[in-house]
Amino acid sequence: MDSLYFLIPIAILFIGAAVKLYFWAVNSGQYDDLETEGRRILFDDDEAPRERTEARPTDGEDR
Amino acid sequence: MNATACYHCGLPVPAGSNHSVNIGGSERPMCCPGCEAVAGAIVSGGLDNFYRYRDGNSERPEDSIAQTAQEPDRWAVYDLPEVQRQFVCDLGEGQRVAALLIGGISCAACVWLIEKHLGRCEGVDKVAVNASTQRAQICFDPARVNPSQLFAELECIGYRPAPATAANSESMIQREQRSALRRLGVAGLGTMQVMMFAVALYFGASSGIEADLERYLRWVSLLVATPVVLYSARPFFAAALRSLRARHLSMDVPVSLAIGLAYAASFYATVFETGEVYFESISMFTFFLLLGRTIEMRARHRAGLASGGLAQLLPLTAAKIEGTEIQNVPVAALVVGDRILLKPGDTIAADGEVIDGESGVDESLLSGESALQQKAVGSSVYAGSVNGDSTLKVRVTAAGQATRLSAIERLVERAQLQKPRQVALADRVAGYFVGLVLLAAIAAFLAWWQIDSGRAFWVALSVLVVTCPCALSLATPAALASATLRLQQMGLLVAGGNLLETLPRIGRVVFDKTGTLTRGEPRILQIVVLRDGWSAQRVQDVAAALESQTNHPLARAFSAWRGNLSASEIKVYTGCGIEGSVDGERLRLGRADFAAQLAAQSAPEIPSSEGQWLLLADSLGPVAWIALGDRLRESAQAAVAQLEAGGLEVELLSGDQSAEVARLADAAGIARFRAGASPEQKLAHLQQLQQSGERVLMVGDGLNDVPVLSGADASVAMMSAADLAQSRADAILLNGDLRVLPQAIELARRSRRIVSQNLAWALGYNALALPLAVCGLVPPWAAAIGMSLSSLVVVLNALRLSRFRVAASPTGEKSPAGQVSTGRESWS
Repeated sequence: MDSLYFLIPIAILFIGAAVKLYFWAVNSGQYDDLETEGRRILFDDDEAPRERTEARPTDGEDR
Repeated sequence: MNATACYHCGLPVPAGSNHSVNIGGSERPMCCPGCEAVAGAIVSGGLDNFYRYRDGNSERPEDSIAQTAQEPDRWAVYDLPEVQRQFVCDLGEGQRVAALLIGGISCAACVWLIEKHLGRCEGVDKVAVNASTQRAQICFDPARVNPSQLFAELECIGYRPAPATAANSESMIQREQRSALRRLGVAGLGTMQVMMFAVALYFGASSGIEADLERYLRWVSLLVATPVVLYSARPFFAAALRSLRARHLSMDVPVSLAIGLAYAASFYATVFETGEVYFESISMFTFFLLLGRTIEMRARHRAGLASGGLAQLLPLTAAKIEGTEIQNVPVAALVVGDRILLKPGDTIAADGEVIDGESGVDESLLSGESALQQKAVGSSVYAGSVNGDSTLKVRVTAAGQATRLSAIERLVERAQLQKPRQVALADRVAGYFVGLVLLAAIAAFLAWWQIDSGRAFWVALSVLVVTCPCALSLATPAALASATLRLQQMGLLVAGGNLLETLPRIGRVVFDKTGTLTRGEPRILQIVVLRDGWSAQRVQDVAAALESQTNHPLARAFSAWRGNLSASEIKVYTGCGIEGSVDGERLRLGRADFAAQLAAQSAPEIPSSEGQWLLLADSLGPVAWIALGDRLRESAQAAVAQLEAGGLEVELLSGDQSAEVARLADAAGIARFRAGASPEQKLAHLQQLQQSGERVLMVGDGLNDVPVLSGADASVAMMSAADLAQSRADAILLNGDLRVLPQAIELARRSRRIVSQNLAWALGYNALALPLAVCGLVPPWAAAIGMSLSSLVVVLNALRLSRFRVAASPTGEKSPAGQVSTGRESWS
């Protein structure tokens, strides 16, 4: 049981760090849009580079 | 019957329409030139993955996109320095940030598309889009790109950009949301930790624990629970103080009292090593309450942010005539007596009097009247209406606050003041409850003072804690939060806090017509071919070719067939129709007498069935009749039937004068209807109903509905509604499916049942626990467990609402298909 006397303070330090990290995340706007950010990872851009090289020149002509 | 759906917007593709785009290697059907242009732009940008990522169909773009994309001048007004000042902010070092409100964002894939597409433009450095607020921050280099180009790019991929001028309230909302999230996070983390310590203490109390360890666990619990009480629970204390100052006992008062007293007693018990601690109950209670309030707040903000308010209905600039020159000036600079030029399709910026020209003006936003109002020299035009088919010169008679549009705004404010207030049931109960508990606690203290003065304080405290109104104050918010989330999944975004309390008491549902019961745009109802050798298909193609160049609202009806044939020498006769050549043949389309004139014949008799009849004629005489009309939403009939089956009265209240109202009321199955009502008359009608004791749900979309929406007991606006209508309604119907309404009412009824069950449980538990506590029979740990358990029961009961599902009724299943087929039969 004696281990509790130093394990609990360590746990509390961890909570403190977690709260600090969470505050940083909220303040930097990471929770402002809950719908998009969670799914952005699913939009892989693997195929994009191939198409992008094709698209660039036409974009240029338009302007 | 088996119509293919447009790959972009999901609406059925009309037969004979030839629009398509090659996406991902195969040709996809498109319903109109607008969708075709947008899908084409997305594919040519190499962003066709958008169609794989998105959740649902996109919004249908305006047909005019196909043409206006080539007119960069359209957005040129946003480059004027005085206009830019309203939404662009200078970062220095050749960097500026534009805040835009983007209409049509429906899912995360839209964000992806916008960020990719704009990020690729020359001179754009950073794009951040927020799907829930529909706002974008675009960082750009003013030397390389103009704001007008950003607007044009956004429009060409199918979104509706507008400057986000209400930026102040947005940053306030953002601050409020972030602080709520921080408080919630602290409460959540704190609760988990304190709970762990509490379990150790519970076991210690039953099976023995070293005194030192118990003291140690109490101190660490105190350490963790303190920020939860002092930081997370602060909004409750502040609200309680406010309500006490206003001499009113709201639910926040017992909540603060419970948290504050339980914390103070536990603090005392820890420091002086006596009595019991309640840290876990306090933390959990705070966390649950904050959770409910945060969910409700997010829903409310989302609805509020989607609208940009009244100002966005007006253009930012007007073309002012100075001598012989025409100058673009900001609308705010217009004064009475100025002369302005209005091109076809322009939104009128100020009230005025026509001094030159003749044109049809669309005033549907103001009056609900669907037909164009013919204006000639001397007639009045109003700010917010849209010029139809030809150029007008107007002398300004009222600008800014004096316009009729602003008058409607004031009518809205008045209606809101008179709106019947709903007092939340829990708040009423709370008032009596707090008084009762305080009296019981004082009585117990005094009684025990006589019996055993040492125990008096602890008995009084256990009375307060055991009756801690956790369950009572969670009863309503937990059920409402859970029902609100379920409604959002069903497609109804709840913005007003009282909607769920009001809906079950509704006795009458009042619908608006244009845009609410109907789709709000003209469709071909029927074609009667008068000449042999012409098919209905050819009539459609020819009409589409003739109408392809005009901005007339009726031209939308033909857009699906645009491009099948081409017309030349098109000439518009205001108020009469169109003349042009197709395949070398002169044709006229429009009013019967006008069209028949081409062959110098008198007009044939107009068919007797409903709709607005246009005649197509060539030099040999009449060719075909085309009936145009607004089509009922597919879900309307089923929704009305279900509402009536649920014992509600249904009524149609329209600003439209025409016989269309009667026809549509009949088609939707509504027996009671009223046509030609002005916004003032609509409000008066509503107040008359309310005075006779009825509770009214208003469903509408136009600006002319805004006063009634604000004044009704409950109100729902359509997603396509005017911004102002959305911001004043209690809820927004996201998917346009009217059948959600009866389901929402059913859900609200069920949620009211759950609230009463929860209240009964909470009061019953207290009624049982209070006498025991007063007699000193409840040990504090038992009080804490009982309190937590009763809160948990309430929360779990409320969660049942999130699984709510309406049993599909036979009418609901059959009707939409039936509706489509009646529409189809009349085509040939």
